[in-house]
Amino acid sequence: MSTPTETDAESRARDILGVSRLTNPALSSWLQGLPGVDQVGCEARAASLGTRSVKTTSKEWAIDTAIGMIDLTTLEGADTPGRVSGLCTKALSPDPTDLSTPRPAAVCVYGDMVPVARQTLGDGSGVKVAAVATAFPSGRASLAVKLADTADAVSAGADEIDMVIDRGAFLSGDYRTVFEQIVEVKRVCGGARLKVILETGELVTYDNVRRASYLAMLAGGDFVKTSTGKVQPAATLPVTLVMLEAVRDWRELTGVQVGVKPAGGIRTSKDAITFLVTVNEIAGEDWLDPFWFRFGASSLLNDLLLQRQRMRTGAYSGADYVADDSPSLY
Amino acid sequence: MPTFEYAPAPESRAVVDIASSYGLFINGEFTDSQGGGTFKTISPATEEVLAEVTEASAEDVDRAVAAARTAYTRVWSRMSGADRGKYLFRIARILQERAREFAVLESLDNGKPIKESRDVDVPTAAAHFFYHAGWADKLDYAGLGPDPRPHGVVGQVIPWNFPLLMLAWKIAPALATGNTVVLKPAETTPLTALLFAQVCQQADLPAGVVNIITGAGPTGQALVGHEDVDKVAFTGSTGVGKAIARTIAGTRKKATLELGGKAANIVFDDAPLDQAVEGIVNGIFFNQGHVCCAGSRLLVQESIADQVEARLKRRLETLRVGDPLDKNTDVGAINSRAQLDRITELSEAGEAEGATRWSPECELPSKGFWFRPTVFTGVSQTHRIAQEEIFGPVLSVLTFRTPGEAVAKANNTPYGLSAGIWTEKGSRILWMADQLRAGVVWANTFNKFDPTSPFGGYKESGYGREGGRHGLAAYVTTGDAT
Repeated sequence: MSTPTETDAESRARDILGVSRLTNPALSSWLQGLPGVDQVGCEARAASLGTRSVKTTSKEWAIDTAIGMIDLTTLEGADTPGRVSGLCTKALSPDPTDLSTPRPAAVCVYGDMVPVARQTLGDGSGVKVAAVATAFPSGRASLAVKLADTADAVSAGADEIDMVIDRGAFLSGDYRTVFEQIVEVKRVCGGARLKVILETGELVTYDNVRRASYLAMLAGGDFVKTSTGKVQPAATLPVTLVMLEAVRDWRELTGVQVGVKPAGGIRTSKDAITFLVTVNEIAGEDWLDPFWFRFGASSLLNDLLLQRQRMRTGAYSGADYVADDSPSLY
Repeated sequence: MPTFEYAPAPESRAVVDIASSYGLFINGEFTDSQGGGTFKTISPATEEVLAEVTEASAEDVDRAVAAARTAYTRVWSRMSGADRGKYLFRIARILQERAREFAVLESLDNGKPIKESRDVDVPTAAAHFFYHAGWADKLDYAGLGPDPRPHGVVGQVIPWNFPLLMLAWKIAPALATGNTVVLKPAETTPLTALLFAQVCQQADLPAGVVNIITGAGPTGQALVGHEDVDKVAFTGSTGVGKAIARTIAGTRKKATLELGGKAANIVFDDAPLDQAVEGIVNGIFFNQGHVCCAGSRLLVQESIADQVEARLKRRLETLRVGDPLDKNTDVGAINSRAQLDRITELSEAGEAEGATRWSPECELPSKGFWFRPTVFTGVSQTHRIAQEEIFGPVLSVLTFRTPGEAVAKANNTPYGLSAGIWTEKGSRILWMADQLRAGVVWANTFNKFDPTSPFGGYKESGYGREGGRHGLAAYVTTGDAT
């Protein structure tokens, strides 16, 4: 029995593809018919965006904007309630010495930590609770388990769900399975926004990144996200650039705007600013908003805070002058 | 007001000292002219006078050629290749050490964006010296023929679009092969060549091996026509190239001429579209389109023409036109009033002949020489903007339906310097490259230069090659030839 949501997603997909049945061959020929990505040219474009020089007032704006786009993340087997509530406290007042510091967009945790995060953050803070689900990070579980995982996080109060796609299915050309799983998870999400993790480090080619982005958007994902953070390479600039081109072209094709979240490996303010420049020049300023662009990061926040203090006081303080509530165990 | 406004990020001018006036670099030192006048060189971005430069007279050319001849006979032709190589390596290293100085000066005098002088012109110039330094002691093994020997004194005249880089393309192979040089930079961009003269002093290059004389057309004519010059190397317009060919006809002089172009950038419907759009932008708006091999004609397959045009226009909206010294500037100033007038005239002709003109919204500075990036659609082969070299930021868009038609249109020009092909089909790239009458064919990229790769033209784009082993061949004679 198919639910109304499922039918909506399927019929919209059929409409976009112009087919009467959404078969795997139909999905394959659509995805493989997308324009290719030239690796050399794509990486050269990303490198040229990295040479933009963002100074003074524009740097201040960029630092605050980047802070507001962070999904402050802890995804460790060693996470405890204390550690998660510490992270939430950090999100509520990132820099106690300067209360004008913006709050990050969300805290991102495993599903079982959602109640702790929800409780610490309360309801009026503006900081969302995001939970990874669907057998994160490998995605190797039955659909029933993935849906239960998602439903559990949503019922515990998650505002956003970060799911992983079945990379095995994707790489073997079984696009229909990937599509169906995203549709199902989206249905279970209800009102929660769904971020679809492509795990680009396992997809390897930029052509695959573009195809997986389109497949996730076709299935109704609200965000496309690069990585779990558990696989290297994670969020590279060229991969993010390809995804930004995909959401830009998708909006032209369908009128629907989809967000982008690079996650993993973005640690410095300089990196974050380069990503913002790329958002600005590839997707456009409509995406320069925490609703449409996020950084999945943990250590990035403190570097941004250091830079922010430096711009305010004119001097570098040092890492010990910024509170670190979730130091790495390693 | 844009959401993300980039604050000005100007490179500091303080790194470079510009003298109020410059003499001529002859026989290892700066000397006053004998009977020549002076002229001013300005910054095209502001029209500010940067320095006063000497206009070399015929007597000055005589002195420079004589100094080069003496250095050739007494020092440079007798020196071992390994020792010549040491000087070239030293020059290359100094260029790298003083890279910021050269980049700032080049952007000031030429008007090109600092990111291009910093990331392309100066590093590539140094790379040319490094590359040719390595050849200096290996010429016998370069496959040039038996017993490669230098010509003697080389007269070189270079253009204003890549002043330092063209100097490097000319001087590095000449010195590596044992020739001595008299070089004349363009009258609108003499300053980096004069700074290079100081580098020659700093490297203790023997006096007279490199002589740099500034001036305009008459100085260049006196140089290429001088009876003691053994070889002429010229980069510039086809008109001047033809005049040089006439001047030296019937003399013993060898010549290489690198002239104009009207390159086709050919985009097939299976191309990687986002990268193709980057390649189109890079092909025609790099260096304000002041590039002889610029992809000034876009040939796009009819089935994707609308899509490519829309993507191209969206991309051009993000180009930043303005202060060449700002690190975020993508398109700088037009090099001179005369060039601006020519670009303006040809663009007006394009409109008058019925093509559709489009430019992104962008504010231009009130002083200096500026031209908006411009795209003409609905262009046909007979339009002047499809035939004549504009040498500015103006793209003419034409369409084609079959590979054969693309080749025919691409080749239907008196020029033949370069071409670009955009397709994911490897076999088509090879087939096209074989059909195109162009010296350089780029596949899924454009405007890429490397010292190891020969560069030069077919037809009215000139003859001879620069770079690679082929470039060395132009500076030596082999076997029993005299």
